[in-house]
Amino acid sequence: MPKLSYLKALNRAIGDEMERDPAVCVLGEDIGVAVTYATAGLLRRFGPDRVLDTPISEQAFTSFATGAAMAGMRPLIEFQIPALLFLVFEQIANQAHKFSLMTGGQTRIPVTYLLPGSGSRDSWAGQHSDHPYSLFAHVGVKTAVPATAADAYGLLVTAIRDDDPVVVFAPSGALGLREDVDLGGLAPVPLGSSRIHRAGSDVTVVAVGHLVQDALAVAEELAGSVSVEVFDPRSLYPFDWAGLAASLDRTGRLVVVDDSNRSCGIGAEIVATAAEEMRLVAPPRRVTRPDGAVLPFARDLDLACQPTRSQLRAAVEKSVGAG
Amino acid sequence: MTAGQAPGAAGLYRTVALIRGFEQRAVQLVRDGVIRGGIHPCTGQEAVAAGTCAALRPDDVITSTHRGHGHVLAKGAEPARMMAELAGRTTGLNQGRGGSMHAADFAAGVLGADAIVGAAVPIAAGAAWAMRQAGSDRVALAYFGDGAVSQGVVLESFNLAALWRVPVVLVCENNGFATSMRPADTMAGTVLARAAAFGIPAATVDGMDPQAVLDATAQAVERARWGGGPTLLECVTYRFDAHHTWEHTARPRYRTAEEVAAGTARDPLEIQGARIPAATREAVDAEVAALLDEAVRFALDSPHPDPATALDHLYASGLRARAGAL
Repeated sequence: MPKLSYLKALNRAIGDEMERDPAVCVLGEDIGVAVTYATAGLLRRFGPDRVLDTPISEQAFTSFATGAAMAGMRPLIEFQIPALLFLVFEQIANQAHKFSLMTGGQTRIPVTYLLPGSGSRDSWAGQHSDHPYSLFAHVGVKTAVPATAADAYGLLVTAIRDDDPVVVFAPSGALGLREDVDLGGLAPVPLGSSRIHRAGSDVTVVAVGHLVQDALAVAEELAGSVSVEVFDPRSLYPFDWAGLAASLDRTGRLVVVDDSNRSCGIGAEIVATAAEEMRLVAPPRRVTRPDGAVLPFARDLDLACQPTRSQLRAAVEKSVGAG
Repeated sequence: MTAGQAPGAAGLYRTVALIRGFEQRAVQLVRDGVIRGGIHPCTGQEAVAAGTCAALRPDDVITSTHRGHGHVLAKGAEPARMMAELAGRTTGLNQGRGGSMHAADFAAGVLGADAIVGAAVPIAAGAAWAMRQAGSDRVALAYFGDGAVSQGVVLESFNLAALWRVPVVLVCENNGFATSMRPADTMAGTVLARAAAFGIPAATVDGMDPQAVLDATAQAVERARWGGGPTLLECVTYRFDAHHTWEHTARPRYRTAEEVAAGTARDPLEIQGARIPAATREAVDAEVAALLDEAVRFALDSPHPDPATALDHLYASGLRARAGAL
């Protein structure tokens, strides 16, 4: 079977959807030369009317896409830097997201916001290392964080076809992944459908995005003593609560590993919902970035702010010990 | 109305009178507690809405502002459904989900009023671009105020619109006040110079004269339709009433009675009313009054929405949000 890289999966998803639906167009900075690779070849294939290299005017082109969506287009915007989402939070959370309700359902805003390279990229410092997916889940904007190449393809296709705004975070830590796939078998992945990467019976580890790989490594390390189930929500909003409840029915223990700042991160919501509604035989635990983290430049300092395998392993062991 | 069939003087007068009468009734309904949250009355600025929309086709689109009742009505929304929207009823344009600041009527080409100053300008530009991409000659028109020309996203949008020759008409309603602040206190340079910086043709228009606004807008729309790109019109007008009805009780002092008297001396209702025969004016007034009285009655008689439907339409895809309490 051919190897598919995560970045190639993103690129293939955009190209396939542009081929399938003439309403799909792409806007972003330096997308013609494809500095992130996600848009490679699209300008040549689809021309400048559908692949728009923009000025450095993120706020304007984000709402420009909203207006284009109102008039029937299905734009995808690429942001090179996750922190640009702070700059356009007004345009996404307060404009694009609100029009369906505010107009009483008169319009829909099918815009996809793609972040190829979210989270730390190793020493890109304070303003290029954020992972703000929890913010979008909080305001109710559909949010996906694919962990694998096949899921990157499937979730991005779904996001482009969705009639609402969707933010797709492609974590830097996952961009280098390659997997054997049957290219003909690539398919849309519904939002709100989780994936069990490894079945287990003692503890459920909910891992977001690139942290799925860390969770799988820890599960393997502990395989002799603890049976770890690795649960990948794939989309954080909507979240597959029924899938999580089913997993906790099996394990009764929960550890969340989440590359968000601790306070009000998605891990907090997962733990709270599990505590309110699901079967737990031990206190749920979180491994996250520190509260209010600004990632420092020096590599050891950057790494010191991100969830680690040893932290996750310790949390799993505490969870099992407490049960 | 179709292209080339601009309304006569009586038609322009009717739109001005309709907006004036609508706002008078809406202000009263705010006082009566029927309209919650207050409104931003556009009284005094009716010529801008009437003149600009008279230059548009039904299939052209507009984006509006927090002071948007005039725009929405002039573009063709039913006054009764607009009043019902302000009153938060199910029969409203937005089924009571938007209110005064977000009134929208996509069937009439109103892509929505927007309550963040300047925020709809890029939306209008994007819609205009998409309509051109679809092969049509439809245009978009964006309203914004004098306060908005110091918003970064508005200036970014000028750049995008000019760069990509987007068929959008940029209408700056300079009513003399950004809430309490005068242009002289908030704006370095001028509105026209901002347009010039992006190579956008621009003109200052007498925003109290519906015919002058129509004439200027018709040229701008024509330019946009044939591919000439954006035009900016600075319509100089005067806000007769409060920034928001909140002022009727709070009474902040930022202009004197003398100033208001001078500002209201030129009234678009009188300017356009003087251009038509007295009998015609009386007939229009009577027709508009009856229509608006019926609009108020319709709003008052319409049902309030069911609280169980509060988050209907949150997602176009039909996704339902989790409840806030179990």
